[in-house]
Amino acid sequence: MIIREDAFLRADGRKGIRNVIVVAYLVECAHHVAREIAWQFRDQEVHLIGFSGCYPNAYAYRMMKTLCTHPNVGGALLISLGCESFDRRNLECEIRASGRPAETLVIQEKGGTRKTVAAGLEILAAIRAEAAKVPRAPMRSEELIVGTICGGSDATSGIAANPAVGYAFDLLVQERVACVFEETGELIGCEGVMSARAATPELAELLRGTVDKAARYYGIMGHGSFAPGNAEGGLSTIEEKSLGAYAKSGTSKISGLLKPADIPPRGGLYLLDVVPDGEPRFGFPNINDSTEIAELIACGSHIILFTSGRGSVVGSAISPVIKVTGNPETYARMEEDMDVDAGRILHGKASLLEVGREIRDLSLAVARGQASKSEALLHQEFVLTYKNFEPLGHACLP
Amino acid sequence: MKIDSRLIRLHPDDNVLIVTSTLPAGTELLVGERRVCLGEALPLGFKIAAEAIPASGKIIKYTVPVGSALVDIAPGETVHLHNMKSDYIPTWTREQGSGH
Repeated sequence: MIIREDAFLRADGRKGIRNVIVVAYLVECAHHVAREIAWQFRDQEVHLIGFSGCYPNAYAYRMMKTLCTHPNVGGALLISLGCESFDRRNLECEIRASGRPAETLVIQEKGGTRKTVAAGLEILAAIRAEAAKVPRAPMRSEELIVGTICGGSDATSGIAANPAVGYAFDLLVQERVACVFEETGELIGCEGVMSARAATPELAELLRGTVDKAARYYGIMGHGSFAPGNAEGGLSTIEEKSLGAYAKSGTSKISGLLKPADIPPRGGLYLLDVVPDGEPRFGFPNINDSTEIAELIACGSHIILFTSGRGSVVGSAISPVIKVTGNPETYARMEEDMDVDAGRILHGKASLLEVGREIRDLSLAVARGQASKSEALLHQEFVLTYKNFEPLGHACLP
Repeated sequence: MKIDSRLIRLHPDDNVLIVTSTLPAGTELLVGERRVCLGEALPLGFKIAAEAIPASGKIIKYTVPVGSALVDIAPGETVHLHNMKSDYIPTWTREQGSGH
């Protein structure tokens, strides 16, 4: 099925539904300068991303590289302080090699804040002009990747919003879209039912292993992936939250297991393992929802389906976020931020299948260019932290 | 078993019912043959015991255990952190963090 006639065609053959220019700071010390440059174009598809750390980290480099060469990205301006360890030359080279315009400004060489901002604005205009020349081509459903996450969950999430997204995922998987669900820390308690859906016995073992790893990791941290607002919303335990979160995955067989910045090789349903490998080193696996969204996008997600009971307002840099709430009270209070009212299911005003179809249809409309609510409100959250991952094993992918 | 229209049972195997809209204190609910009067308001999404659950018994929702009872829970009683716990990782609340 062709979902869009004029998608942005990248040199590697992948297709984007947006043509965003990223301004990326390569250490926190360059954050302000990068923001000053990006801010002036904030309603013109220029998004701010970056990595705060000064110490090197292979995961963070790979995330930045994958995000700067995401199909929704048309070019990049890198802002370096000058003394940080991030390999800016290599990153610029890799972005250029992907066929995208890329430039780097080093604040210490340029002569400080004001001069770098002035130079950045000029270069950004040139990058935008270059990126606008990207060829356009029809995009088929099997070229689309959709990720899902939940945040600000309450007891309605697992009853209305998550099963509705699960049904939308079933419909999209039938159209050979690659669908990605994640947060193994929120699958604790679901390891048995989930692994039974794996495409192969080897994959089943690996899926179970990711949840064991998450339970161990969060156990050492002393906290599950559970915020006080979850309990105020009627969820009592991590396993109760998990079972609701798990419903987002729908009922398709699970084709593969990804880690952050691994791209699904073809359509189907994938689990993204976001919990670092090895002994805990850098703290909590995901300090907030935005870190998970960045990882889903690094896996190639063009669109994120975000379910929320309590009512999160976040969006994201690079890929549009569609918000689905299962709580009718939240929808009534926060309608300007919520794209889909799945709470109608609770009051018998709509069926799960109707809302699931609505989410699928809205996803395709957003793929064709319609702005999601968080996108129209200029939400561009982005968080990237330190992590450590081993490469995927051979049994992970179909 | 009769279920009040303001409650849903997600699966026949579950031993908890879910409140589908926020109910004020004093609301009377029918849980099985028993009439229950809510001592305090119960927000949308909270759980009520559908049957007696003994201490250490599993709380079953979506057909799967979501934790264990800390005490004997009577039918119609609210099931939340005051009378159940996780079988994996303890649930943290703001009160603990601020030292209360």
